[in-house]
This record gives sequence, structure tokens and C-alpha cells, in this order.
Amino acid sequence: MKSTQTKYMRLSGLEPLVLNENSNFINIGERTNVAGSRKFLRFIKEEKFDEALDIARHQVDGGAQIIDVNMDDGLIDGKESMVRFLNLIAAEPDISRVPIMIDSSKWEIIEAGLQVVQGKCVVNSISLKEGEDKFIWEAKQIKRYGAAVIVMAFDEVGQADNYERRIEICKRSFNLLTNKVGFPSEDIIFDLNIFPVATGMEEHRKNAIDFIEATRWVRQNLPNVSVSGGVSNVSFSFRGNDGVREAMHSVFLYHAIQAGMNMGIVNPALLEVYDDIPKDLLEHVEDVILNRREDATERLLDFAETVKGSKVEKGIDLSWRENSLQERITHALVKGIDAYIIDDVETARLEAEKPIDVIEGHLMIGMNVVGDLFGSGKMFLPQVVKSARVMKKAVAYLNPFIEEEKGDKQKAIGKILMATVKGDVHDIGKNIVSVVLACNNYEIIDLGVMVPPEKIIETAKKEQVDIIGLSGLITPSLDEMVYLAKEMERQNFTVPLLIGGATTSKAHTAVKIDPQYKNAVVHVNDASRAVTVVGDLLNEKTANNYVLNLKKDYNEFRTKFLQRGKEKSFISLIEARKRKFQINWKVTKISKPKELGVQVLKQISLKELLPFIDWSPFFRSWDLHGKYPEILRDKVVGEQATHLFEDAQVMIKKIISKQALKPKAVFGLFEANSINYDDILIQRKGKEIAIFRTLRQQLQKRDGIPNLALADFIAPKETGLLDYMGAFCVAVFGAHELANSYKEREDDYSAIMVQAIADRFAEAFAEYLHKQVRTKYWGYDVNEELTNEELIKESYKGIRPAPGYPACPDHLEKETIWSLLEVEKKIGVTLTESLAMWPAAAVSGYYFANSEAKYFGLGKITDDQVVDFAIRKGISYDKARKWLHPNLAEN
Amino acid sequence: MSNILQALQQRILVLDGAMGTMLQQYKFSEADFRGQRFKDYPTPLQGNNDLLSITQPHAIKAIHAKYFEAGADIVETNTFSGTTIAMADYQMEDLVYELNYESAKIAREVADDFTTKEPNKPRFVAGSIGPTNKTASMSPDVNDPGYRAVTFDDLRIAYKQQAEALIDGGVDILLVETVFDTLNAKAALFAIEEVKEERNLNIPVMLSGTITDASGRTLSGQTAEAFLISVSHIPLLSVGFNCALGAHLMQPHLEAIANKTDFAISAHPNAGLPNAFGEYDESPEEMGAQIEEYLKKDLINIIGGCCGTSPDHIRVIAEIAAKYKPRKILQAVI
Repeated sequence: MKSTQTKYMRLSGLEPLVLNENSNFINIGERTNVAGSRKFLRFIKEEKFDEALDIARHQVDGGAQIIDVNMDDGLIDGKESMVRFLNLIAAEPDISRVPIMIDSSKWEIIEAGLQVVQGKCVVNSISLKEGEDKFIWEAKQIKRYGAAVIVMAFDEVGQADNYERRIEICKRSFNLLTNKVGFPSEDIIFDLNIFPVATGMEEHRKNAIDFIEATRWVRQNLPNVSVSGGVSNVSFSFRGNDGVREAMHSVFLYHAIQAGMNMGIVNPALLEVYDDIPKDLLEHVEDVILNRREDATERLLDFAETVKGSKVEKGIDLSWRENSLQERITHALVKGIDAYIIDDVETARLEAEKPIDVIEGHLMIGMNVVGDLFGSGKMFLPQVVKSARVMKKAVAYLNPFIEEEKGDKQKAIGKILMATVKGDVHDIGKNIVSVVLACNNYEIIDLGVMVPPEKIIETAKKEQVDIIGLSGLITPSLDEMVYLAKEMERQNFTVPLLIGGATTSKAHTAVKIDPQYKNAVVHVNDASRAVTVVGDLLNEKTANNYVLNLKKDYNEFRTKFLQRGKEKSFISLIEARKRKFQINWKVTKISKPKELGVQVLKQISLKELLPFIDWSPFFRSWDLHGKYPEILRDKVVGEQATHLFEDAQVMIKKIISKQALKPKAVFGLFEANSINYDDILIQRKGKEIAIFRTLRQQLQKRDGIPNLALADFIAPKETGLLDYMGAFCVAVFGAHELANSYKEREDDYSAIMVQAIADRFAEAFAEYLHKQVRTKYWGYDVNEELTNEELIKESYKGIRPAPGYPACPDHLEKETIWSLLEVEKKIGVTLTESLAMWPAAAVSGYYFANSEAKYFGLGKITDDQVVDFAIRKGISYDKARKWLHPNLAEN
Repeated sequence: MSNILQALQQRILVLDGAMGTMLQQYKFSEADFRGQRFKDYPTPLQGNNDLLSITQPHAIKAIHAKYFEAGADIVETNTFSGTTIAMADYQMEDLVYELNYESAKIAREVADDFTTKEPNKPRFVAGSIGPTNKTASMSPDVNDPGYRAVTFDDLRIAYKQQAEALIDGGVDILLVETVFDTLNAKAALFAIEEVKEERNLNIPVMLSGTITDASGRTLSGQTAEAFLISVSHIPLLSVGFNCALGAHLMQPHLEAIANKTDFAISAHPNAGLPNAFGEYDESPEEMGAQIEEYLKKDLINIIGGCCGTSPDHIRVIAEIAAKYKPRKILQAVI
């Protein structure tokens, strides 16, 4: 056949089926057709879907490249059966790897089928039987669903039963499809109607040869299309004589394929190889098919008597059944074949000491192979789920024996709580693990997504679960898992904790989660592994040892990981000190403050502070994000922001007129020198009055980048130069009381407003005071002319870092400031137990004046600095650790 | 619309990087997610990133702008979970239209600002259509493998609503992405075709699948080529892969489809694979070097980043992409 073809049909199941110029004939399996297989019809009627699936599997194993599914029978609900069966096929990767042909004469069944298959299917079929409109509409839908289509040679007049009618209908259908619908020509398959021959009726003599010749015409004249047909029809008159039928199918196909028929509904198990047909039979059959003799039919009928039955059905390779018991069980699990698993498990049970040994031995060995294959990408998920189902069947069979043995009834082997943690909605991985575990006879309590820790704890207690499994995909979920482990420890849980999900890892589990919980914590990296892990954890005999080994393994892993982490990213304190920030003290300018000592500021008016307010954080505290003043004109939040801002102005006026808030400040400027690298010695006339302890960055940095500590900004004692630094505390009093008065009047809005404004005033005060210090009290920058905006951007010289903030995260130094400035005595700001300031609208910190001083973040530090810090400060190691905890690298 | 086709012929177009990763840096609290409007909402809302288009629009805007600044031609709207199906977790089904509409509008505004500033480099907005959190061809119930938690029609209706809202909000392209179950994607394509027909408009569609496991298949079990075949019935602007893999591991799958389709090819891989602490730490330079391999092999028309990528990644990718010619597209798509 001369090829004018430019495009080829491409179909897909889980795997592609792509035609090309060298493609062989495509076999379409026909047995999953209620009209063609009584057995299949019976299975569907009786809802024996497992058996029905076996038929489909048998077809694929036997070489079908597409499977035809048909549920057109008056006694079944065709639509429901179609959906159910196709859904079941989707769960059988060894079947669903091939494309599906959805076969029905009813459009609603076809459409229902198209809606449940992910691959590119073939619709079987549409035709002009009920006119052009319906034909066009259905074709358009099919195109939109993404399927190829079989077009029957059928029109308003009837079915095409000769050469000319076939050509006429195909030509018309092709033109409508390609011109009106825009259907891709390569996705059109013509079914040219295969009718029986050798029926004894004169008009049937040409049925085969007309089909073959029409096929030739279609393939030569309608570009890119395929031709198909139901082959078994041709031999209809020889029902009961499979030997002859097989030969007839082969002969028919041999000639039709040469003419261009490239696919067909064939029972691959009922097909003889053309060359293997005995010569005499072949001759008789060809006479009939090709209509070569007047008496061909009678001759074949006579000859048929001598042909005995069919040859042995080929099909599934069963050689694996001859392997050893373990190999058979493993094979069944890996391939997901459940046909023999009960027999094999029974054999294993009789050999085993106890029925449970079969699960823990034979079956687990098999599941481990599945796990390994999955891990290395040689199996994929639907196959693993399939394996799990075989496992389930085996376990279900063994269960009664296990119960009998134990003497007590036990439904599930264990109860497992599964949840996706708070703040996370990803649950596909969790669902898969649940499925696989449930297949292995565990009872699953699935709490779903975004499950708060309290609910997990509560359910675990109430249901007395044996294991808790947590899943999460986003990074913040990792912290949730750590929190839950802590809670489980605090509430004396003993059940194992499973950790899974895309962002989880053995390292994170070992380093962050495992130390929080004394009992078993296991990272389960894939669903197939979950079964063996859970099995080991719940096996009374081995659990203890398993958990001990697990703990040991995670401990070792953790130690190694942390060592590696340390070496990689941190340097020792000694090393860090060598890399301190160097100021050239010979040339840098040191300004002596105009006034040394401690001063108090109580007479400041709120009005004076107004210009120093940075409004952007004010809006942030109300959940309005954006920069002031642009935020007032913002398209989305502008209106709200403007209202809020106006309300704030009204409130401020009220506060100012009633003097409801009272700003107070204390600050001091002192002689200072850095000593021992990281400490700052505060002196009065050369005599020590306080020492500030600063912390030094320890992160490994590139060459030339220093490891900073605040002490670096003060001239070291050994330079012989006298340097200076300051400290301060500002606070706004009265906000708490004012807010409460609003709260009593049920005016929460104003109460929050007062607090937000008080915070702004405290910050503004700190800004104001810093400016006064720079330009007046210290006076190192008398000529400073900065706008409020520039102040907010911190364009000024010198810095005012605050304890508890990135440069000096250690809150303990507040105590030093408090005693140095006598803060409580002078202005009444107190420190709480956790070293927070009261009133809350307060800011305290240091002043550094050197022009090279800059803000920085301390980052993480290592244990050597904690030890050093404790010694320098004269506090216990534990106390130092407690306060520095958030900054510890091995945290 | 012809603009993007023109641009696609002329150069490799750059898609933006991660939205979620950028949002994480804001460390929004439950209260931030809620804003004033949802402060009394009955469900926890933290983690509902799509909602931030309403409660923290500035952040979304800023992220879009950062990606455009870094050299992206196309940004994706913040609507990955913007279907009634995905929003059911937050009981926010009724908000779906508004979420998509507002997200599209925000991205549109930023894109238009940039286009006005640089008329020779028009910027585009792709409406992100995620996979939802349900699979149409797999059962969540082990005892009933024939069960489905979601039907084609459920998905079709939900996707249609999302597509309409995105189009109303002004997107240039619809991007069906992170497809882990091809049947979900087919429902999305079906819905989009319906919208196109009803409105008589021809909006370009990008489609991007996700290869999830080591066997090189989608979650629902299809090979890369089978996936390609299953979605090629609709004229696409591009087909490709995103998420789950870094640039290096994604390459063989791109090669598997590149010479089997006439559509443009897109890729937006992750910044490597997550490290032990769930962070993506492949540097812009490392990722750029991997992507340069794609370009040397002539695999790509549209390139961007998924999880863990930042404006810095996109900057490097854009610089590299500018040095290469786009893969030749055989099919005039629309």
C-alpha cells in the first residue's frame, strides 16, 4: 500500500501506544464485552468485579494492545457498570497500561466512560445513523474529551453492506469530521462492518472480500485514518468449531491487513498464526474469505468436520508457578497477582510454626522487595497499591487462624492515627500511606488536613491508637511536627510517631524531632516502607529491640549530622575573635560627650514627638501592609488605612489634650573601652562601674568579611585611647490604664488604638532622644540635618541597638542597663521575670557613636561561646544556655 | 494575545519563580492571613496563600514586581488553590470567584506598569490553575478501589469557575499546572474549551505536568509521553513539566516529550530537591547551569522556577535565556 500518511494516531493508557509507518496490526481485546462474552456478562451481573478484571488482565497478558469495554445489556445498568469497571481498571496498572476503548451504542454510557479515564481512549462508536447533527455534536464532545473515535459505516439509510455503500458513507463521515468538527484525521478509525461468510446465503459470499477492498479504498483515499473491525463476526457460522474459526480469523486478517486494516477487535487467544495453519485447511478457508469458488462454503463445511477443537490457549506465562514458595509469594506481591496467593499462603501456613509467621516472614520479605523496587524507581505507585491489595487478601485469609491461635478476636492488627498537621492541606501522600496500611489490615483513623495538635492528642487518647502518623508538605509543617513530639512527651505518650511528607527527612527527624520524644520516632520516606516499619513497631516479639536500634541509629545519625553541620558552617569563638571587625583607631574620630553621666527627661511633650512617628508599623499592627504615606492612597487598603489614620489623629488629639500618656526617659553617656575582645568596660573617671557583655558572630564567612560583636565599635583598652558609649530607656506611661478604661466601655477598637499609639510614641521617643543625643548631649554630629524619612531609614551616624534584638539578642544585658542607669528608680520602668519591660510601650538600648558602627544580626552561636559567656558574666552554664537558647546553632 | 505568540517566536520567555517560598519570608501569622475581614472566620486560615491576595495584597504585588524586575516575562497569579474543591478545606468555596479575580487584577496591574515602562518588553500574566487536592483517577479508599472522591464534572465545574474569574480579572494565559493526575487536567482543559466557546475568545493555554516519583511517572502512573498524548487534543501554547524535581532530574522527561510535540515546551523546575530541613537550597548559579544544559540541547521555549526559586534564580535564568534561541515550534498554535 502506498503511504500518503503524514500523521499517526497516538493513544495512551499509563503508557503510550503510538502508531507509525512500521506499526503492526493493533489487537483490541474483545472479551470485556457483555455482548461478546457470556462469562463476562455473568460476572458483571453478579458484581464479581475481581473475576471480570481477571478477564481484562488475561486479554492484556495475551497481547491485547487496547481493551474494548462494553456494558450494553438490557439487564444491567450500563452506565454504572461502565464507570465502576473503568474505575477498577484504573487501579490495575497491569491492565490500565494500555488504552481503553469505550464501547457502547448509548451516548450517555460513552460520555460516562470518557469522564473516568485519564489516558487517550477510543470511542466505539458513532455514526450517521441518526443524522448529521447528532453525529457532529458527539464528535465535537469526543474531541473535547480527547479521544479517538471509531466511525461505523452506517447512515440514515442503514448499515453499509457492500463496497460502494462503505465508500460513500466513509467519505461523507470523513468530510464532516475534518471540515465541520475539525477532528484530527489521524484520530478517525473506520469500522467497515465485518459480516459473516459461509452462511449458505448467496448475498453473504462477498462479505469478506468487499470489506477488504473497501479497506483498501479508505486507506488510499482518506488520509491518516485507520480501519478496524470486529473480526470474530466473519466466522460466525462456525461457532463451536474453534479450530476453523481461528483459521478463518487469521486468513481474514492476513488479507485485510495487506489492504490496510490496521486494527481490529480480536480475541488474541483465538488466533492462529497464519503460517501454522495446515495447508489444506488454509486453502479451504481462503476460498471462502476471498470468494474464490462457487462451492467454497460447502467444501469448508465438510472439511470442518475433520478439524478437531482449538489448540491450547496461549496467554499468561505461568512458569513462575514452578518456583519456590517464597519466590512465588514475592512474585505475586511484586506483580500484584492475587489468583494464587491464598494457595501459596495456605502452603506457607502449614509449613510455619504459627500463622503469624507467614505475615512476618514470607509476606514481609515480599513487601520489602516491593519497597526496594519502588525506592529505585522500578515500580510506581499504582503498582505498589496493587501489591498492598494482594497483601491484604493474604492477611485476611490468615487472620482467622491467627485469632484462633490467640484465642481472642482481633479485627485489625493495629490502630493508626493519620493526620496532616496544622497549617498544611497537603494530604495525597498521607492518603496513599493510609491506603497501603489499611491494605495490610491496620485500622486507620484519618483526621484529614490542617489538624490542630490538640485534636491529634485527644483522638489518640480516646481511640487508644497504636501509632501516630504525621504528614506535611510545606516547610512550616516541620515545626508543627516538632511541637507535637514535644506534646506527646509532655503528656507521657508511649506510642511510636511516624513522620512523612515531601519536606520531611531522616536528618530533620533525627535532629529535630527524635530528641523531643523518648519513644520511637521514625521517618518513613515512602508508602511501601510504611508497612514493614509499622509491622516491626507493633510486633511484640521484636518491637523492643527494633525501637532501641532505631533510637541508636537516629542518635548516631544526629551526632554525625551535627558535627558535619558545625564544621561546615561555624567557627570557634577564638577563631571568630581573630576575625573581629577592625577599626583603624589611629585615624578614626572619637568624640567626647558634652555631658557625661546619667540624665532624666520627664518634661517632654507628646507634641514634640509627633514628627518622629514612623507610621508604617502602626498600619502593620492593624494588618494593613504598605508604606506610609503611600498606603493612604492604595487602591485596595487605602480607604481603610485612611479611616484608621484619621481615627488615630482624633485619638492622639484626645490624648495630648488630656495628657493621658506620659513619656519618660533616662539615658547615660559614659567613658568606655572594649576589653577581652567582647566586653565593654564602662568607667567613671577611669573607675569601672559596669561591664556590658556582647556576643560575637560565629558563622563561617568568606575571607575578608568580619565576625562582628558590638564591642568592636568601641576602642580597645590596649589602644590607650578613651572611648565612650551610652545607654537609654524610654517609655510611655498610662497606655494600659487608658486602654482599660475603653475596654470597660466595651470599646475594644479604641483600646487597641491606644496601645498601638503608645507603641508608636515610645519608638518616636527613642528616635527623638537618639537625635538629641547625637546633636546635643553627646554632640558628635551637631550638624546633622535629617528628615523624618531619613531617620526611619537609619541614615544617621552611630547606632542604638537594643537587647533582645538581632545585634544583641541576649535580654540579660537589660539588667546591666537597669542598674547602670537606675532605670526603675529614676523613671519607674520595671523588668518582668522574662525581662520584658513594663509598661510595654518602652524601648531600651545602647548608643554607639563611631561612624563605622552598624546594625547587624548575631545569627547562630556555638556552645563554646555559651561557656565563655557564662564564665565572663559569672552565671551558671544552664542559665546562660537558657537565655541564649534561640541563638544556639545545635538547637 | 498575538503579542505573546510573537514574543514566543522571538525569544525564550521567562516565567516567574516560587510564590509560596517568597510568602514564607513574610512569616505571616494566623492574624495576618485573616486580616480584618476574616478575623472571625470559623476555620484556621494560616497557610491559605491564595487568600493573601485579599488580606495582604501588597505582599503579592511586591512579589510579582520582584519577578518582573528580575527579568520574568510572565508572572503567575496567586491562585494555585483557587477552586471550590481546594478551598473546601478552608470553607471558602464562596470566595473562589473573588480570589481569582482579585489575584488576576493584582498581577495585571503590575504587568501593565512594567509594560508601560518598557514597551519593547511586554509582560504577561498567566492564570495559575492548580491540580486541586483530589485525584479523579485514584481512589482514596483502599477497600473500594473503584471509589472516587471527585468526579470529572465536579472538577469541570470548579475549573470553569476559576478560568472565568481569571479571564475576567485580565490574565493573558491560563496555566494548568502541577498536573499529577491527567484526568484532573483533562477536566480543566474541557472547562477551558467550554469557556472559550461560550465567550468566543481564544485565550492561550499552557499545560504543565508533574513527574513525581523515581520511576519517571506522574502520580497517577502515566509516563511522560503517555501524559503528553493524553493532553494534546487541545491546542496548547505550551506543554511541559514543573515542580517535584530540580532542573537536573527534570531534563530526561523534557527530552522525552520535546521531539514528540509541535507545541512549545515549558519547564519550571524546583530549586533542586529539598534538603534535610525541607528547604530548597540550589543556588541561582547552580540552577542556571543546569538550565543552560536545556538550552544548549534546544529543548525549551518557556523557562521559569517552581518551589524554592527566588527572584535571584529568575534573574540568572533570564540572563542565560537571553543568550539562546528558542526551540523551533512547528505548530502555529492559535
